Amino acid sequence: MSEVIVITSGKGGVGKTTTTANVGTGLAKLDKKVVLIDTDIGLRNLDVVMGLENRIVYNLVDVVEGNCRYKQALIKDKTYPNLFLLPSAQTKDKTSVTPEQMKKLVEELKKEFDYIILDCPAGIEQGFKNAIAAADRALIVTTPEVSAIRDADRIIGLLEANEIKKIDLIVNRIRMDMVKRGEMMSIEDVVEILAIDLIGAVPDDENIVISTNQGQPLVGDNSLAGRAYFNICKRILGEDVEFLDLSESGFFKKLSKLFKKNN
Amino acid sequence: MGLFDLFNKKKSSSDYAKDRLKLLLVSDRANCSPDIMEQIKNDIIEVISRYMEIDASGLDIQITQTESEGGHGSVPALYANIPIKDLKSKSVK
Repeated sequence: MSEVIVITSGKGGVGKTTTTANVGTGLAKLDKKVVLIDTDIGLRNLDVVMGLENRIVYNLVDVVEGNCRYKQALIKDKTYPNLFLLPSAQTKDKTSVTPEQMKKLVEELKKEFDYIILDCPAGIEQGFKNAIAAADRALIVTTPEVSAIRDADRIIGLLEANEIKKIDLIVNRIRMDMVKRGEMMSIEDVVEILAIDLIGAVPDDENIVISTNQGQPLVGDNSLAGRAYFNICKRILGEDVEFLDLSESGFFKKLSKLFKKNN
Repeated sequence: MGLFDLFNKKKSSSDYAKDRLKLLLVSDRANCSPDIMEQIKNDIIEVISRYMEIDASGLDIQITQTESEGGHGSVPALYANIPIKDLKSKSVK
């Protein structure tokens, strides 16, 4: 049975697209057949993060308008043959697609894919409504900031009103050194405020920038962020995976080990 | 800066963030737009003014969290601070 997951946040720039790319790639790595849909019409980005921007022929708007079949628009991933991207249109606007059209498209895709992952645009307007229309569950991405958490709370309310029952939280860009100094809200603080289940926390890792530069999601590699994302994928599949200790960033980890030895 | 440093010792910036957020979300969730808060404020001024003279410009109302008496955790509460200018009633009719 296939599952439709929307990745959303309300606020822009908190890591929805990066999360979509990594969760999608991670699920493909775990042998699932996955399609990623970029629903941000007019501001297409998922293709770049996936490193597939040069292969686009048709897009989401072409598919819903009937200019091509969806199979013609799907782009196969560079690494995983069971991972596909349906890119968004860059020259149209959000009103080019309706929630009904999205539902119809997703129904068709369900016949072929295990996971359909929708990258939602920022905001709560038409683009958001399109993205959540067909979703079974949602992953809320937020950062430990007042503005991002406020928007996430609003989004959770809207998802509940739209009867999306399963809503999980990803706390992104956490910096444990700042949390320890009391200069950043902790993962526990964010979970307490939003009162939904935590499915993972991703550290503010410079490897994310490097991987985005290269158009190669880092999920499953040895970096802390790569391991955090891979754990999220396993939890999506229902596995019980322990949460990582995010304070073990390279340099400080070595330093603290050194101190422990000496004492 | 000295003053701020003193302040920071009592409460870290993440505590501030958390407190601000909690307040913010209560009014967000209660769906109380600034417009509605303004209406509530005006109505309160109108009612209280029938009985005593108050300082309408100093009136402060907000929705906050408070511990429920039944011990069911925190519940939203309407908090109003109304400075009274003159307690002697304006001739209650």
